[in-house]
Amino acid sequence: MPNVSAKADQESLCKALLFRSEVLRETRAYYHQHGFAEVETPVVIDAPAIEEYIEAPRLTTGAFLRSSPELEMKRLLAAGMERIYELSPCFRADEHGRRHRCEFTMLEWYMAHTDYMELLEFTKGLFRHLANALNVPEKIFNPHPEWEIISVREAFRKFAGEDADKCAETESLFEQVLVEKVEPALPQNIPCVLIDYPVRFGAFARKKAEDPTLAERWEVYYNGIELGNAYGELVDAEEQIKRFGEYAEKRKLCGLTEYPQPVEFLEAIRSGIPDSAGCAIGFDRLVMVLTGTQDIADVTFPHR
Amino acid sequence: MYSASDLKKGLKIEIDGQPWVITEFEFCKPGKGTALYRCRLKNLMTGAGMDRTFRPVDKVDEPNLEEREMHYIYNEGDEYVFSDSETYDEIRITAEQLGKKVWFLEPDALCTALFFNGSPIDINLPTWLIREVTETEPGARGDTASSNVMKPAKVDNGYELMVPLFINVGDTIKIDTRTGDYAERVSKG
Repeated sequence: MPNVSAKADQESLCKALLFRSEVLRETRAYYHQHGFAEVETPVVIDAPAIEEYIEAPRLTTGAFLRSSPELEMKRLLAAGMERIYELSPCFRADEHGRRHRCEFTMLEWYMAHTDYMELLEFTKGLFRHLANALNVPEKIFNPHPEWEIISVREAFRKFAGEDADKCAETESLFEQVLVEKVEPALPQNIPCVLIDYPVRFGAFARKKAEDPTLAERWEVYYNGIELGNAYGELVDAEEQIKRFGEYAEKRKLCGLTEYPQPVEFLEAIRSGIPDSAGCAIGFDRLVMVLTGTQDIADVTFPHR
Repeated sequence: MYSASDLKKGLKIEIDGQPWVITEFEFCKPGKGTALYRCRLKNLMTGAGMDRTFRPVDKVDEPNLEEREMHYIYNEGDEYVFSDSETYDEIRITAEQLGKKVWFLEPDALCTALFFNGSPIDINLPTWLIREVTETEPGARGDTASSNVMKPAKVDNGYELMVPLFINVGDTIKIDTRTGDYAERVSKG
């Protein structure tokens, strides 16, 4: 007797992957309409970006699988490319859940001579384009012309009764309040942006000119699902080197893999990266919200 | 001892000297932040639920739990006596610990007893129990196929539950001992 449920699984897999293929096509179309070049930087790299809590898997050769294409793409900004995007696999060790895969697809882009608020407008355009081009029903995903924009401090006060800066001082507390209280309380059925994080949570973001305790960073959510992270990029070489040093120290204390210095990136930032803004969106999650599912397994090739 | 990264749905853990099972599990990692392991837990002794978030640095105790096959033998007042299928050791569980399950004990039924630090804390009975309906109002005409609307009924050992309207006195029905709810009709009376 044929296995009915296996047949149904195969049909839903094909349907999901065909839709995903359309999202890929329309995403690329949007970037090309706006004068972007698609770039392919290496997946296997010698030195991942030094961050506190992101683990790039290491190969037996000593090289790493990239956790993001950030440093390589910034080298292209330094080389003079002004609008670039990359849509390709990234890897993070030990991340697995309904919204996480060790191997996932990242949509990352950089815009020179652009600030993080202009980048937000561009991102609104991307969501509108996808919803329209793919005829996504509004009850599943509504790209709204006006998004909900809430500062991190205000969100912590309003949704959790907590002081975001105080929470940021205690290990894991900021994340715990964010995940348990703030994210579930974010407005539903509208893209929602948390903006201006305590500077500790803006690894590669520049400080806000009018308040240097804040980083120029925003995160966009839809129905409580974190879709992507954006920075007004840190382009000050000295500040960048200082932060790498701090994160490296922290990693050493925690017994995490020591990453080699990203020599070529440091040369690039010293040579000068123009003022830029950049954003990274988990492409699988973008397909999730366009599909209205809560599980990444519904939109990816079946794998670990 | 478990690390936070060992946690998953179905894992049994110990918190403050009590055994819990993880009934829901979610891996979270807010952008650029530490990983968090969000769990919904059920207390294996009281059935109470609670939410708990674990951080990567957290260590979690492993409870000393053991499952043994037992046969139910008899009851003495409020105490119910079970015998270990292999060693014939007897244990006594109170009606309070058994809760609703006292209604579903059949002599010689093969059960699984869960022990925590050597003391029995729970009994899993055979899932299905067949009983005859002894009291229920006749179902209203025209509702014979509907199983959405329920009415009260009593079965031959005195247990009361809700059944669909088409069930009549003399019918035998299957009861789910995990929930105590009606499952299906076995035969018409």
